[in-house]
Parts: sequence; C-alpha cells; structure tokens
Amino acid sequence: MGRYVLRRLLQLIPVFIGATFLIYVLVWAVPGDPFADMCGERPCSPQFIATMTDKYNLDDNVFVQYFKYMGALLTGDFGQTYAEQPVIDLITLAAPVSLRLAVVAVVIEAVIGITAGILTGLRGRGFLDNLVLVSTLFLIALPTFVTGFVLQIVLGFQLEILNPTVSSAATWGELIIPGFVLGSLSMAYVSRLTRTSISENKRADYMRTALAKGQPKRRIVGVHLLRNSAIPVITFLGTDIGNLMGGAIVTEGIFGIHGVGKLIFDAILSKQGAIVTGVVVMLVLVFLLVNLVIDLLYAVLDPRIRYD
Amino acid sequence: MTDPNTAGVATESVEAYVTAPGHLDSGPGKPRSLWSDAWHDLRRRPLFIIAGAVILLLVVIAIFPSWFTSVDPYHKDLDHFREKPSGDAWFGYDTQGRDVYARVIYGARWSLLVGVAASVLTVLIGAFIGILAGYFGRWIDGLFSRIAEVFFGLPFVLGAVVILNLVRSADIRGALPIVSAVVLSIAVLSWPVAMRIMRSAAISAKQQDYVKAARALGASSSRVIFKHLLPNCLAPVLVYGTIALGAFIGAEATLSFLGIGLRDPAVSWGVMISDSRNYVRVAPHMLLFPAGFLTATVLAFVMLGDAVREALDPKLR
Repeated sequence: MGRYVLRRLLQLIPVFIGATFLIYVLVWAVPGDPFADMCGERPCSPQFIATMTDKYNLDDNVFVQYFKYMGALLTGDFGQTYAEQPVIDLITLAAPVSLRLAVVAVVIEAVIGITAGILTGLRGRGFLDNLVLVSTLFLIALPTFVTGFVLQIVLGFQLEILNPTVSSAATWGELIIPGFVLGSLSMAYVSRLTRTSISENKRADYMRTALAKGQPKRRIVGVHLLRNSAIPVITFLGTDIGNLMGGAIVTEGIFGIHGVGKLIFDAILSKQGAIVTGVVVMLVLVFLLVNLVIDLLYAVLDPRIRYD
Repeated sequence: MTDPNTAGVATESVEAYVTAPGHLDSGPGKPRSLWSDAWHDLRRRPLFIIAGAVILLLVVIAIFPSWFTSVDPYHKDLDHFREKPSGDAWFGYDTQGRDVYARVIYGARWSLLVGVAASVLTVLIGAFIGILAGYFGRWIDGLFSRIAEVFFGLPFVLGAVVILNLVRSADIRGALPIVSAVVLSIAVLSWPVAMRIMRSAAISAKQQDYVKAARALGASSSRVIFKHLLPNCLAPVLVYGTIALGAFIGAEATLSFLGIGLRDPAVSWGVMISDSRNYVRVAPHMLLFPAGFLTATVLAFVMLGDAVREALDPKLR
C-alpha cells in the first residue's frame, strides 16, 4: 500500500506541473497584452501594471517566472485583484458555500441515482427500466442552465414555493434545489452505472452460491450484491465532488449563490481576469488532489486491486 | 468510409476476437459485415429512426434557414419589445424586438457548426495520437499518455474559461475567428478521451494475427497503421464522436451562456439563452424556445450515439 501511494504521488507531480504551467502560460506568457482584460471595463492603471510586472517577474523569461509563481502559490498566494485584495481572501469566503452545495448535490444524486439503478438493475427489462433509461437520456441532454432556469421559473416565480435566489447565508434547505440542478447530470450517470454494475454482478457465481445456501433474498442483495456493485459507483461519486467544486459556475450564477463558481462567473462578466485566473488555478489544484485521494480510496475499497 | 464492407469485416474481428476469414466462412450465402449488420439492426430501432429524422431536419434547417422563415433575424422593431408569442411571431420577440423564431432557425447553423467541427477535430487529434501511442508503445506511448494526463487534469469548464478569457481579451472580431476559437478550445480540452479510446483499441488490435502477418510480410509501419489498424479501431471512437457531438453543442451553449463563447455576429442558441438571462422572469419565451431546440438537438445526438453503440457492440446483442 505504501509503495502504491508513493508511486501515485510521484505520478501526480508531472501532471501537476504540466497543468499549472499550461494555465500559467495561457494567462501571462502568450503574445499580446495580458492586462487588456484584467481590471474590469477600464484599462489597468499603470501602477497596477507595475506592481504586477514586479510581483510576477514578467520581465524574466517564462520558466523563471513560472517557478517564482509556483513558489508563491505554495505559500498560499494566489495573486490579487486590481483593488489589491488578495484572491485567497475571496476564496476562503466563498469556498464553504461551494463545498456545502457540492455535498448537497452529491447526496441527492447518490440517493436518487443509486435507488433508480438498483431497482432497474434487479428487475431487468420492463416499464420501470425504460422509464429510467428515457429520463436519464433527458437528464444527459439537458444543459445545466436549462434545468436551472426552468426550475427557477416554475418553482420560484410561478408557483412561488421557494425563493428564486439563495440568500448569502446559503443554508442547507435553500441549497436543495440548486443541488438538484447541479447533480442532475451525474444522477443520470450514477443510475446507469449502478444498473449496469448490478445486472452484471447478478449473474456472478457468488450470487448463485448464496442463493443455493438458502440465504434470505434481503441478505443476498444487501450484503453480497450491493457491496460488490458499489465500488465503481463510489469512485464515480468521489470524482464528482472534485468536478462539482469547480463545475458549479453555471448553477451558482443562476441562483446567485455566493460560492467559488459565482466568484468566477462575476469576474468573467465584469472582465476581471486577475480573479478568474487565481481562482481557476486554485480549483485545478483541488481537482487534482481530490482525484488522487479517490484513486487511493479505490485501492482501499477493492481488495482485488494489487497495490504493487 | 468509402468501403464500409471491408472495414466492417475487420472491425468485427477486433470486437468479437474472431479472425476475419473465419467470419467470412461462417454464414451461409453473402457474408454480412459488422457495419451492415449494425445497419440492419439500426433500421429497426425506433430510437435510431427518431434521432436520425431530428438530425436530418436540423441539418436542413442549418443549411437552408430561409426555407423555414421569411423574417430577417436581424430586423429590429422596438414596437414589438419582448412581445409574448402570438400568431404573427410563434416564439415572440426579444428585447430589441427581433423575431425569436427566425433567430432560433438561423442560430441552428452556428450551434451545429461548432458541434460538428469540434467533434471532428477532437476525434482527428485523439485518434491520430492514440493510434500512434497504441501501435508504437514504449516511450512514445509514455510521452503521449503523460501529455494527455496533463490535459485530462484540467476540468473542462475551468480550462475553457482560461483559454476563452484570453481569446476575448485578444479582441477577435468576425464570425469565423470566434467560432474557430471556441472549437479549438473544446478540442484541446477533449482530445485525451478520444486518444484513450483509440489507444486501447489499437493495443488490442495490435495483438491480432492479421497485424502480425502484415508485419511478417514486411509491411511498413504506416501501411500497418492505415490499412490494418485504423479500419479495425474506428468503431468505438466514432461512437464516442457521435455522443460527443451532442455534448459539445451543449458545451458551446454553456460557454456562450457564461459570456465567453460565441457572440455577435455568430448568434447560436447559447448566445440567445445568455441574452435572455436577465429577463427570465418577464419574458420566459426568450429562454424556453432556444433552450428547447438545444435540448432536442443534444438529445438526438446522444440517442443516435447510444443506438449506434448498441448496434456495433456484439456483446450487447
């Protein structure tokens, strides 16, 4: 196990460097004026350009720049806005809300997706199976912002069941509908994954053995079948948390949730590239780390995987 | 796909691990290839027929929008400011008094263009690199796989935000440059998926007897790759391309919605949805009609991809 973790960590390093270097080059080192879209509608003040040039060593060559930048990143410095507000402050304010939203989304998609997958996987072809297949197809085809707007119009404006926008406190209850919107796509994948996994394992030898031993059906399904079918689903859900942390730009924009996604959304609309890049770099780091943790978890969950 | 029959026989052998001559001898009468088998299967699937009909209609709309509306999509008439749908204008009018129906019809062109171009480019890049990595293996495989991992490590929306934010600040004008920027950024972020599919297909096809035979006969690498490997590895990556086409149309709409995708004069459905963002409450028709077209289009491509995959995969039959 230890060697496996070490190997995965070592493999992560080139990916990590490659991805951050790519972003860095895209932001600062392509030909053209990097400050054209950094400070909102007005051009940047010469003072800001001078500070940034100094801070990011823009006069050095690109590799030196990159390593100095990475050094700053590792000490938690993600750059600053033109109002000289550190980006990391904005992130620490917004991150808890985004995390809560991601958790709500994952819980909703896990509960609904896995239930639908188990029911259809156990029963096989039939009305319910077709119903779930068609509705997952629809969920996959609906872009997030369409689901979001439609739910907002219907539930918020027409039926007036709930507040169409989320308050800045963003309580758990308020996040249920946005969480549903955010998790709807993955919900479709989770239910399809569970269904395939269950219908494959249903015919496995250990299932027949358990049945022949005369074990009650509840135990066969609950212990033998579910445990073996859960592994790919759990891995998918884990990866999804990483995805959802950054993928909430659209959902948070629609519902006005003050999370990391809204931060990016507003920064794009008000053309503040400094915030966009700082936050994106941070999210890419989170994404890579979460994926690593999931990879390790996968090996823990499935003893059939050899670590070395 | 000039000769689907020969390509198909070979593909069948890879998917089912049956050698090509064995397959030819097996059936009585005229042998049917994987592709014609799949075609026979597909013609009887309602899902495929519906999806195909929708896509055909959309393509006709995209090429000849004037067949479907005689209204100028750019004509502004503030008298009709955000007017609700009526007999005169089926989908109502937008904030600047433009006919939403005409704009939706003309917008099909841009949405489809981005989807088709992005998925063709993704499949071309991914398949080319994937087949090289799969066939040559060793350090070439290692190098390309690491590069793919780097791009794979970037979440799609975030990567696109950085790239397109850059494009926006470069102040590009004109429809074609904007479209190419969006297409390129989608392809750059998605090719690793196509590459992985192609690579694993190439690795399993490389072990087959006919490849070994071709190499023993002294065929050059390029001949083995293009004449033997490529036709055998095409099926899975093409299925991916079809499903991705739908996904890319949705992705373009998402990017346009965020304000970094297409923009005037290339008005796609995503741009229309983005324009309606602040008026959902007072004029939901501005949002719902383009969104409906968008969803139907994505659905059609995903359904087509699903049907084709089931038809091409012998294990699912």
